[in-house]
Amino acid sequence: MHNQVIGKPISRVDGRAKVTGKAKYAAEFTAPDLLHGVVVSSTITKGRITHIDTGDALALDGVVKVFTHQNRPKLAWFDMSYKDLDAPPGSPFRPLHNDRIKYNGQPVALVVAETFEQARYAASLVKIEYAQEPHETDLQHHLDTARKPASGLASLLKPPPPKARGNFDKAFTEAPVQLSTGYVHGFEHHNPMELFSSTVVYGKDGKLTIYDKTQGAPNSQFYVSQVFNIPFRDVRVVSPYVGGGFGSGLRPQYQLFLAVMAARELKQSVRVSLTRQQMFTFGHRPATVQHIDLGAQPDGTLDALRHAATAETSRFEDYIEVVVNWSGALYKAPNAQFDYNVVPLDQYTPLDMRAPGGVTGMSAIECAMDELSYKLGMDPLELRLKNYTEEDPNEKRPFSSKQLRACYQQAAERFGWTKRSPEPRSMREGHTLIGWGMATGVWDANQLPARAEAVLTVNGKLRVSSATADIGTGTYTIMTQIAADTLGLPLEDVLFRLGDTDMPLAPFQGGSLTAGTVGSAVKIVCEDLGKELLKLARKMPNSPFAKAKFDDVFFVEKQMRLKADPSVRIDLQTLVDQNGGRAIRTTATSMTNSLKQGKYTRYAHSAVFVEVQVDEDLGTVKVTRAVTAVAAGRILNPKTARSQIIGGMVWGISKALEEETVMDHRYGRFMNHNLAEYHVPVCADIHELDVLFVEEHDDVVNPLGVKGVGEIGIVGMPAAIANAIFHATGKRVHELPITLDKLM
Amino acid sequence: MKPFQYLRPTGVDAAVRDLTAQPDAAKFIAGGTNLIDLMKEHVEQPTTLVDINRLPLATVEELEDGGLRLGALVTNADTAYHPLVEQRYPLLSKAILAGASAQLRNMATNGGNLFQRTRCYYFYDTSMPCNKRHSGPSQGPAGCGALHGYNRIHAILGTESADGNVHCIATHPSDMCVALAALEAVVRVSGPQGERTIPIADFHRLPGDTPQHDNTLRPGELVTAIDLPANGFSHYNSYLKLRDRASYAFALVSVAAALELERSDASGDQISAARLAMGGVAHKPWRKTEAEALLVGQRPTPDVFGRAADALLDGAQGYGHNTFKIELAKRAIVRALSQAAKLEPTE
Repeated sequence: MHNQVIGKPISRVDGRAKVTGKAKYAAEFTAPDLLHGVVVSSTITKGRITHIDTGDALALDGVVKVFTHQNRPKLAWFDMSYKDLDAPPGSPFRPLHNDRIKYNGQPVALVVAETFEQARYAASLVKIEYAQEPHETDLQHHLDTARKPASGLASLLKPPPPKARGNFDKAFTEAPVQLSTGYVHGFEHHNPMELFSSTVVYGKDGKLTIYDKTQGAPNSQFYVSQVFNIPFRDVRVVSPYVGGGFGSGLRPQYQLFLAVMAARELKQSVRVSLTRQQMFTFGHRPATVQHIDLGAQPDGTLDALRHAATAETSRFEDYIEVVVNWSGALYKAPNAQFDYNVVPLDQYTPLDMRAPGGVTGMSAIECAMDELSYKLGMDPLELRLKNYTEEDPNEKRPFSSKQLRACYQQAAERFGWTKRSPEPRSMREGHTLIGWGMATGVWDANQLPARAEAVLTVNGKLRVSSATADIGTGTYTIMTQIAADTLGLPLEDVLFRLGDTDMPLAPFQGGSLTAGTVGSAVKIVCEDLGKELLKLARKMPNSPFAKAKFDDVFFVEKQMRLKADPSVRIDLQTLVDQNGGRAIRTTATSMTNSLKQGKYTRYAHSAVFVEVQVDEDLGTVKVTRAVTAVAAGRILNPKTARSQIIGGMVWGISKALEEETVMDHRYGRFMNHNLAEYHVPVCADIHELDVLFVEEHDDVVNPLGVKGVGEIGIVGMPAAIANAIFHATGKRVHELPITLDKLM
Repeated sequence: MKPFQYLRPTGVDAAVRDLTAQPDAAKFIAGGTNLIDLMKEHVEQPTTLVDINRLPLATVEELEDGGLRLGALVTNADTAYHPLVEQRYPLLSKAILAGASAQLRNMATNGGNLFQRTRCYYFYDTSMPCNKRHSGPSQGPAGCGALHGYNRIHAILGTESADGNVHCIATHPSDMCVALAALEAVVRVSGPQGERTIPIADFHRLPGDTPQHDNTLRPGELVTAIDLPANGFSHYNSYLKLRDRASYAFALVSVAAALELERSDASGDQISAARLAMGGVAHKPWRKTEAEALLVGQRPTPDVFGRAADALLDGAQGYGHNTFKIELAKRAIVRALSQAAKLEPTE
């Protein structure tokens, strides 16, 4: 590949469409005679529906039907059919299945009317009576019921805790310096700006075209096909733009089920959009309780490490995330023990949320390491370097690449870490206490198989497509760059499309794996197209390419050229003409090299340094500056990559200081279920954010050498902030978010 | 949202007539920044909206006594940035700008600001018990969910009713009204019985056993203007707002502090007049002249400020999650008074 645009800070190719409103989202597609569905949500947490009165709702003008468990169509019987591609082990929630209420906010009716306003009003008139049963929702009160989670397909990408190594108990007991600490995190909800919506267009032949908010159109297609027993070819799911996902779109949400059900029953197109309050009625980042024990030598060498986590899940599925494994991979600690358990409660199943488990576990271990550094009287960065490992101690295998040391060095230098005064409360200006803290970030660099198609059109333009998603990350842009460079075309001659099940299959967008996964497919399919072009060139009369192999040519400036003699060249347009003026089309699959990849642990790393100002009397915290250095392999586009890291850093500020869904456990109901009271940062909360990309070469992770940057930006941030707050105030807060009352 | 009738009168008398025609079921609407939300949530279910935006109430006028009349329909943004408000009532300008967001302040009006309803989670969720919202089964169950529930943002003062019970611990969410309380503004209203004026201190009320009533307006009355007295305490004032993020969040505690200082002798200043009001702590802006009296004649020192804070917070009662507000409020008062006296910088 002749790099012209890869590695350049190209502005988003979809930017103009987005800022001009041309980009259409799931609820913006329409159809003739579109009906509107509004969901009625349960107001109790556990029990049975004893009576539903839909009379007043049905009496209103424009109301077409009210669906409840009493009149829903017969659907697939087995649990298996309700399992989407990201379903954890268990029995997936079925909307309107029966009279049982399993969690607060559960959908209990769908009101369908000719206008949205009619449906919304009618929904308020549906009267539901319940027989309540006692519920359990408070993780901290039910830790005694913790148990091992069931394992399933999810464990492929989410390995269970590593096996214990050495003898933790003995090593911890004998360690001259010991630390036992714990951290509690509350619920969080993804709350992408775009509300979950599905517009189901009912075709004349009963075929469905579904505009869905999803991080993977193929997953929605699979789910609908299974549940409603419709062949794949009769369900097309389209999702060209997604207004934020953060993991919430990894599983089909209940509005999809309800909209499809209504459209099929009424034989008419239907749209269902959730309200902001209803955005709090499905997956969320689980509440977690963690415990960490560290045993160290006076010089900081870790002898013993124990990391245990307990997280909530629903009664019907065992959601898991990787919380404790990171500690064991990051630090040598020859004697180590890990534990991860779940507590089933009367709630909806949790769902991956940006750096799921990673930001949770790393927040705990990196705060614990900070605590230990003060016990040892040692610089927190020095303690990390003391226990730095070039090999993954969990798996006893090398890293495919690990430039974490360079991250520490470069970020520390940019931040000015050496000027830090080590004592807590030793830096101040008037009432303002100043604190400096640091932490480490780690995240997976996984690759999955993916497919893509490339077409060189009769006009010499390149069209590439794959059924992946762009949830705002910049996928459109980087895929366009990869395709452009592979075939030597200018960006404006390349159109990359995604989010449509008519396109070649790709995994959902999540886990920071799209750049490497779909990027590899795009690279390979464009190379395959190049091979087709070479074949055409070789067939030309007296072709100077007659004996050329693919390795002998390169593509640049809309031409194929011989490496040995670049003056030997041919326009791609000429090759299309040579093809009888017909477009040239190839499809390819990028497979993972499991044999090679399995020999390495593949992680992206980061080092984060943060300055906070804390008002000594009032407890208010301001993150005045933060530096993150990231080693994530090759950076395809420093501009979109930087945006991803900054987004993660902002979310780190949110998690550390502001964000939590609060439940009134008497009712089992989330109380701050709107964006006025569920706080995430506003512009005034954000000050200087600095991002460095550390050079890192990796031939193992995928053919492009990219690790993905979707999650790594958030991972180290909350711990760095909490550590800076301790340095400023001398107060260690063990429960996030660190609101002002906890610092008074 | 329940269907409603929409009227758009052009005169004050017509607007009052429109509302009086169905006093229980009609609501005035101006900016709508709070009412529309509440209607979507079915917390408010008016059958008629009387849009008053065409009424001639959108001017700021100087009064003969040196005060200023703020029309009810002047937006919060236009008020905060009005040159006369910035010069003579900077405390009011600061308080307004501490609230909401630029977009909301562009829509919200001065009259409407007085009618902001509480941000209590239980009030907003019609499946939760709430005495303030409750006026029939369509608006959810009675009781106070917050009292023994999640009450981090709730009141610490003035919650007890005459019978010794607590029926509501909601707070009034306005920033502007806290400054108006400190400045002793006067609310001008027109109603079926003609015009009258209400001192701001008497405009909002404590919950008692009728928390559904936020204010003392009579049926059909319309706020036409807010009068500011001549003294705007423009030299020594501070509006300090503490909240869970730097902008676009309601106050956990806010303080409007205003002082007049006189050079008493060579050794320093003495307080000759003081005003002190708090937001986020009660069902109305919280002010006690006894606390202010403790400041007058004293030198501006943290000790003196602390005594005023104790007096203003006398009788404060926490309900669990919000108990931290008592200490936070005390520290905030001391800080705000120190800022007003220019002993501390303002952010």
